[in-house]
Amino acid sequence: MNYINLFRSTLPETALEIAALLVLFVDLGFLRKAARATRIAVAAVLGIAGCLAALWAVSIAGPFSAGNDLLLSAGGSAGVAQVAVLALTALTLLLLIDSDFTRNPGEYVAVVLMAAAGGLLISAAQDLLVIFAGLELLSLSLYILTAFAKQSGKSAESAIKYYVFGAMSAAFLLFGFSYLYGLTGSTNLHEIALAAAVGRAASATPLLYIALVMVAVGLGFKVAAVPFHLWAPDTYEGAPAPAAAFIASVSKVASFALLVGIGTAFFHVFDNLHRGVLFVRFGFPTRYLGLLAPWELILTVLAVASMIFGNLAALAQSSVRRLLAYSAIAHAGYILLGLAFFSWTNVSAQAVLYYIVTHGLTTIGAFGVVGVVERAVGSDRLEAFLGLQKRNPLLAAVMLVLFLSLAGIPPLVGFWAKFNLFAAVLRTSGGALPFTLVALAVLFSAVSLYYYLQVLKRVYVMPATDESPITARPVTVAVLVLITAAVVVLGCFPALLQSWIASFYPHP
Amino acid sequence: MLAWAIYISFAGALVSVLLPKDKPALARRWALAVAVAGLVIAIAGYAGGFGQGREVIVDALWVPSMGIHYMLAADGISRVLVLLTGIASVAGVLFSWNVELRTNQFFALYLALIGGVYGVFLSFDFFLLFFFYEIAIVPKYFLISIWGSTRREYGAMKLALYSFVGSAMVLIGLLAAYATAGSHSTALIDLAHAGLPVSFQMWCFPLVFVGFAILAGMWPFHTWAPTGHVAAPTAASMLLAGVVMKLGAYGCLRVAMGLFPHGLDPWGFSFIGIGSWRDVFAWLAVIGIVYGALVALAQTDFKFVIGYSSVSHMGFVLLGLMTLNQIGLDGAVLQMFSHGVIAGLLFAIVGRIVYDRTHTRQFAELETMHLSRRLPFAAWAFVVAGIASMGLPGFSGFVAELQVLVGSWRANPWWTVVAGVGIIVGVAYIWRALQKAFFTDALPTPHELESEEEHKFAPICWSEMAGVALLLASTLVVGIYPRILLDQIEPAVKALLAGGMQ
Repeated sequence: MNYINLFRSTLPETALEIAALLVLFVDLGFLRKAARATRIAVAAVLGIAGCLAALWAVSIAGPFSAGNDLLLSAGGSAGVAQVAVLALTALTLLLLIDSDFTRNPGEYVAVVLMAAAGGLLISAAQDLLVIFAGLELLSLSLYILTAFAKQSGKSAESAIKYYVFGAMSAAFLLFGFSYLYGLTGSTNLHEIALAAAVGRAASATPLLYIALVMVAVGLGFKVAAVPFHLWAPDTYEGAPAPAAAFIASVSKVASFALLVGIGTAFFHVFDNLHRGVLFVRFGFPTRYLGLLAPWELILTVLAVASMIFGNLAALAQSSVRRLLAYSAIAHAGYILLGLAFFSWTNVSAQAVLYYIVTHGLTTIGAFGVVGVVERAVGSDRLEAFLGLQKRNPLLAAVMLVLFLSLAGIPPLVGFWAKFNLFAAVLRTSGGALPFTLVALAVLFSAVSLYYYLQVLKRVYVMPATDESPITARPVTVAVLVLITAAVVVLGCFPALLQSWIASFYPHP
Repeated sequence: MLAWAIYISFAGALVSVLLPKDKPALARRWALAVAVAGLVIAIAGYAGGFGQGREVIVDALWVPSMGIHYMLAADGISRVLVLLTGIASVAGVLFSWNVELRTNQFFALYLALIGGVYGVFLSFDFFLLFFFYEIAIVPKYFLISIWGSTRREYGAMKLALYSFVGSAMVLIGLLAAYATAGSHSTALIDLAHAGLPVSFQMWCFPLVFVGFAILAGMWPFHTWAPTGHVAAPTAASMLLAGVVMKLGAYGCLRVAMGLFPHGLDPWGFSFIGIGSWRDVFAWLAVIGIVYGALVALAQTDFKFVIGYSSVSHMGFVLLGLMTLNQIGLDGAVLQMFSHGVIAGLLFAIVGRIVYDRTHTRQFAELETMHLSRRLPFAAWAFVVAGIASMGLPGFSGFVAELQVLVGSWRANPWWTVVAGVGIIVGVAYIWRALQKAFFTDALPTPHELESEEEHKFAPICWSEMAGVALLLASTLVVGIYPRILLDQIEPAVKALLAGGMQ
């Protein structure tokens, strides 16, 4: 174990932790008597500075191995996800500047930064223990963030629900991990996959299946896949808006990046072996039994359930936050489809990353608008958005762009994300099943247009009951305009983001 | 050159949003200027296209990793439909001259819709075409739900969902074709050259065809059309019937039939005389012709008559496509143009000239108003438009429907026989509407005369006259000298028949 190497590859996490401590120190040490707005602004700016420092550190961090086992990867999906996690965290911190739900901004920002550090860890983790530690760091921070609006009963309630579900799913995950370790004798993803394919665990398939299902419970909870989604609507509804934005974007990006990492590890199990040996023993290595087939099956089931249930449940919502939660469940379904039919090449990984990054960005914007409206009207019901185009045309326009992007209408980025992902599924595996599932996903995104239009109908079509203007504060407006511009520009020039993501992968 | 019609429309939409809200006159003039600029470009492009065949306007790699091209091109069919779009958009602005509510937003959405339509007609990349096709959905929803009438939110949502489901089917087909072809290009020409297996084409063709045909109002997926048309504000119903339904028909022709020509091959067995997808869709089209006409005959709402007549007339387009012979396809494309102009005119008269003055579209109430005397311009314009719609010689509808019928006779005489019934019923429903709305037998009572004196209708304004003149002139010119369009349509159709998109 080389600690210099360890330090070098965890430099981004370290930067975030230092920033977190610094925020606490400055806030509690110097600013106790200062006005709340100042404290929030200082804390947020320090937090953003921490994110920027970590962004710089990501570019120089390398992979880290202990002995022969890779613990943390660098570049590839980990690199993309880490940059995305940091950028999205900075955006949610910007949204914090204009909010006033907390009297303890120092603690809030510190917890956000620690959660982001957890996100960085799981994006790169290649080892069960690192995965678990990172996930717990992320989850525990998120429970605290959810409960941060102390004056709101809803916030506390949703945090408890989130915590109970989370603790249980963590137990499942750990249980699954223990089986995996017991069967394969390793905590490294590559070793586990190898052992499951050719080694001592290859004969223990039923137990292996149980272990995988347990793992899927834990990870399915993190990405809010049906049937482990129950926390999502309550948390999205109860958490303060910047925290909800963080949970909906950063946490999702990191968790899906973890799934991408697992999928890649399972697929590239033979990379270290000599090709000749491989061909003698298995023929062509595109499909093998072992971990991959059951893992794909589990992900497919989760994907289909999430698409169907998320979209149908969203139809019935009257709260925009809950609607966003169910729509996020549906989107998780599409992404899981991309993960279930994972590709030997980088096509699927890149498509999934494209999807989660853009979806995270859009969601932050959506929560930004919801937060502003909520503060002015005092509710996030659909009725609260009545006549928004009259009350604040800019917010209404932002809402239009973001929701249409979520629905997958061109020329917005959500459309490309979907197209890219579905094309990746079909290019990866021909056959009736993937085609049917893609057809299902496309048809359900037609269903989703209905509920997005229900919101936009309130904004643009129905008459306002109250026409007093809603004002948004400048920083929020700037963030929202930035996100909207990004959604439009990336939608018109999809190759920009694609080539950026591809630049993290070694050229073939 | 033609590509500028797209850019100007979208830029015009963007500017229109930013125009000051309290100056509707400015927004109107701006929209008219943009629409006229589009029309001028369309005419210039059309005039420059004689004897040109297919010309590529732009071809740039847009998304290199997936081989998506930004490829705009035009052949005779595209040029005819772009011309139609130009005419319909100018007429639509003219008939929206009295929109006072959120005028700048109205025209912004209107121009965005036009831009999307131009884009579809000029795209020669499968993906780009789909891209513009979807862009056109959202403005329709807002145009209808904000500025519409009768059950507008229902009509708008129904239309948006039907369109989106249709485009979802198209997208599935596209993705499947892209994955099956294994090529690294989505240009229509490249995909057509990819040699898709016949068995694949056999199931992908109906999927994509139906996806597009939903928007073309094919029976039994037509039900969005009457409710949407009736709910829409005048300009939007003109565009819906005039050009948006053509998007569907154009997609059927260019994408479904162009990429999957073997999808029309016989199945190898037949069931009650139906032995291929071609038979299936031809019979659906024929049913649409007769059904639309019969239902139009039974309506009590003036606008519903025109709405169902659109279903009937679009049936001719689809029937023409399924004839698979030169004359039938010529007729189908000509019918797209012809119906676009005539339906626009009918909707303008009903929705703008009559409804905005009488505030009713019910025949029972219109009968008591003696419109032939009080609105002679509307009455005579409707007479002429009705004659054009019936397909009498001298108007574009005659040439178009005649060619479709000749083509379908060569393909299967029974189609012609049944479709002919539709034409006869078509005469009947126009006649009935004409009589009920304008020329009632009942003489006005003195009391009615008095109230008529009190509530004089607003005089016909210049924009209405200009719009009617533009549309009538278009249908007359094409009716009297159809070669003006056929000269461009024929070579394009010939090329398409000869080798699909190749």
